[in-house]
Amino acid sequence: MLQDLAALGNPIDPLQALDGVDVKIKKELADVALNAAKAKGATYTDIRIGRYLNQFVATREKRVQGVVNTESYGVGVRVIANGCWGFAATNTVTKEAVAKAAEQAVAVAKANSKISGENVQLAPQKGFGEVSWKAPIEINTFGVPVKEKVDLLLNVNDIALQNGASFVNSVLFAVNEQKYFASTDGSYIDQDIHRIYPSFTVTKIDRTSGKFQTVNSLSAPSGMGYEYLSARPQDKIAGVYTRYKDRYDILEDVKMASKAADEKIKAKSVEPGKYDLVLDPSHLWLTIHESVGHPTELDRVLGYEANYAGTSFLTLDKWKSKKFNFGSKLVNIVADKTQVGSLGAVGYDDEGVKCGKWDLIKEGTLVNYQAIRDQAHIIGLDASQGCCYAQGWDDVQFQRMPNVSLQPGKDKLSVDNMIKNVEKGIYILGNGSFSIDQQRYNFQFGGQLFYEIKEGKIVGMLNDVAYQSNTQEFWNSCSAICDESDYRLGGSFNDGKGQPSQSSAVSHGSSTTRFNGVNVINTARKI
Amino acid sequence: MSILTKEEAQAILKKVLGFSKADECEVNLGGTTGGNIRYARNAVSTAGEISNMSLSVNSTYGKKTGTASINEFDDASLEKVVRRSEELAQLSPENPEYMTLLGGQEFEDSITYNAATAAMTPDTRAEMVLKSLTVAKDAKLEAAGFLENSNGFRAVMNSKGLFAYNKSTDVSFSVTVRNQAGTGSGYVSQSFNDLSKMDTLAQSKIAAMKANGSAGAKAIEPGKYTVILEPLAASDMISNMFRGFDARSADEGRSFMSKKGGGTRLGEQLFSDNVTIYSDPMNTELPSATWNSDGLPIKKTVWVDKGVVKNLSYSRYWAKEKGVAPLPFSRSMIIEGGTQSLEELIKSTEKGILVTRFWYIRSVDPQTLLLTGLTRDGTFYIENGEIKFPLKNFRFNESPVIMLNNVEAFGKSVRSGDMLVPPMKIRDFTFTSLSDAV
Repeated sequence: MLQDLAALGNPIDPLQALDGVDVKIKKELADVALNAAKAKGATYTDIRIGRYLNQFVATREKRVQGVVNTESYGVGVRVIANGCWGFAATNTVTKEAVAKAAEQAVAVAKANSKISGENVQLAPQKGFGEVSWKAPIEINTFGVPVKEKVDLLLNVNDIALQNGASFVNSVLFAVNEQKYFASTDGSYIDQDIHRIYPSFTVTKIDRTSGKFQTVNSLSAPSGMGYEYLSARPQDKIAGVYTRYKDRYDILEDVKMASKAADEKIKAKSVEPGKYDLVLDPSHLWLTIHESVGHPTELDRVLGYEANYAGTSFLTLDKWKSKKFNFGSKLVNIVADKTQVGSLGAVGYDDEGVKCGKWDLIKEGTLVNYQAIRDQAHIIGLDASQGCCYAQGWDDVQFQRMPNVSLQPGKDKLSVDNMIKNVEKGIYILGNGSFSIDQQRYNFQFGGQLFYEIKEGKIVGMLNDVAYQSNTQEFWNSCSAICDESDYRLGGSFNDGKGQPSQSSAVSHGSSTTRFNGVNVINTARKI
Repeated sequence: MSILTKEEAQAILKKVLGFSKADECEVNLGGTTGGNIRYARNAVSTAGEISNMSLSVNSTYGKKTGTASINEFDDASLEKVVRRSEELAQLSPENPEYMTLLGGQEFEDSITYNAATAAMTPDTRAEMVLKSLTVAKDAKLEAAGFLENSNGFRAVMNSKGLFAYNKSTDVSFSVTVRNQAGTGSGYVSQSFNDLSKMDTLAQSKIAAMKANGSAGAKAIEPGKYTVILEPLAASDMISNMFRGFDARSADEGRSFMSKKGGGTRLGEQLFSDNVTIYSDPMNTELPSATWNSDGLPIKKTVWVDKGVVKNLSYSRYWAKEKGVAPLPFSRSMIIEGGTQSLEELIKSTEKGILVTRFWYIRSVDPQTLLLTGLTRDGTFYIENGEIKFPLKNFRFNESPVIMLNNVEAFGKSVRSGDMLVPPMKIRDFTFTSLSDAV
């Protein structure tokens, strides 16, 4: 398992990674690249000097599988020459190598301009001079001793085994992106970004029947430091299953999950049919991601992802009409690159644009997309929306999803009161299986935990549940949204897009939400 | 400098091992150089050239292991990375599953390297992409595609006398061609070690034909249908099955290979008797490395013979626990095909659906290996041995294990990604809903 993870970078001593590279040195290197590219004929150049640190602590049962610290350090240079993009990257961070990469990027742009048909049009962007941005964390995860993390995870595993789990895997994953950006627009931007994701999976085996079931943690990957693991009373939401707001109690969650795995293996198989779904934010984030986040990406709408992730049903004519009915009047969805504690929060994107917040869906109507500098003109914008990102120094930046979140209901409504009004429904927690077509119409989602609702009450756990719907139909069936006291973030480190494929981290917020009359299928089979 | 010869790699590895003070030490060295062009809307969108080389050191004291790596290759850096891995080893907890390093092994020389592929330049790529763009532009269609080549090596040496080296090349191409109205879409994809096998012109013409042919799709009711899966669609499904061939997961009761009451389904007839699956690193159509990351030799292995599970893969630790020989898994699987062409499979079908490829396949239930996903880029209705009309795309919920119990016929195997796989006719394939996506 860790062999695959190690491919993300080179293991290093964690303590050496805590100090960033001196900004003065980075500025000198940046100026070398900007000048070298210009001398070869580039009309625009940007350079990203990146130091990407990851730490994995992985365990199963009573054993530590691995502690790996990785670093990836290098430089990527992007240019426009003859109206065409070119990119080159090197892990040799010297003035000579950086100048050579800049020249190579110009050569690539010029070679491709011979077969290319479109000149790049960049939205104007003012330079910010020398500025910096740091994630507002309290405890740097990389500074916490490895032993403390190992002890925590082994404690998680002990609790799982004591509470009936047959197997348990637990992982702590931490990220620190130290990114420096400079461009011929006059920006020199230094940023320090932190993310953390503690998680586990408990497995219950019934040898007699040959059946097995798993339950995953309800933690959310977060744009926070190690403080994420110190839950306060106000972070816990009591109910049939405890859920967590800004901070997380992994020891409490694994105890619940282990008991739930035992219950899940004995749960009754769902009767297929139409149900009202009550979706917890730990589940709904993924449905938002797939059915709202992706189809509002402008590069998909325009066809740039046609050969891989696909295109989008939210075509420009629908946006231009200003009346495309995406969902019910309750549905307000925003894009936000500034949300504190989210995975997508940064000060500036990877092409030097200051980040912000804007509406995508307003009272059920499509009002906007997610754009970067070379797309802004297509939707009549005179500036980028700051959605440019590259997963590493050796990857070219392109349009990536900001945090995309469903706004809470305006009227006071608790989860208990929402469930009280459901006659025949299923309450779903946690994300499970997920699949959606290449234009984002038809989707199918599973989950972690499924509770049957009958006449306003939770009556027990269900199994083999998945729901299938069409994006527009689904969001139009949205009939109630809990108020902001229930608002929570979910998210993923692994949103994949582009060729070569790149991962980006993104959060999605919501309160618990009700959808009426959704088609539920039974997924049990015999082999 | 990113690509080293066997002798150059050996010299660096020996030097690094010379710095080791640990009980055991293993050093991995690898490098790649390559480039890519991405295009969409009939124009180049992004392109780049990237090279990298790195060295990783595993040091072990008793059962305590530490890993560190570096990108710099002067003597001071090499000694520093060894010391760092030794410090991490001393700080690490004992791993009770640690297996002492392997000694020297015998490996066959692989056939994964091709000089013409290694010699590709930005201009080579531009010429290959131009052919694809020309097909689309001439037909008044829109192409979005990706061409990538890489040239790489990896080597490992340890303090017990193991040394292995492999160099390889890869070139891969895919293109989606769509009509301007957005009502038709076609796709092809190819990957080879040998550049001469790749034809971006001919492949782009197939994608263009499917883009035109899939326009005006009709909807039919979802349900169980006989399907003919083109090799790409077949490999999309079957590649999801091989993780279940891990003996440990099966023994632990958490795989479709687990037996009710305990144990594994090794030796059971799990598939139709016309299903035979094997791996062979020396297959000229699908060459792969002859050793794995543990330094174990990889040899031809039959996994399924006439529907019977013949082998599961055993890690060195699990093999020791179970008292069997370790058996490394292969990522390059070969599904034995038949003699019929795709056209002959279609001709022999009274009613059925031809599937070009699948999309967004995800596991729904690991117990039965139930998968869900959708058809994409060319789905057609077959009646009385002929393609009658294009179909709207479907969502399916199906298990490859069930699918390989419903095999009516296999065509000739061809390379699709990391597999050699035939087009296959399967009865009772389960489509559960319709999709409006094109």
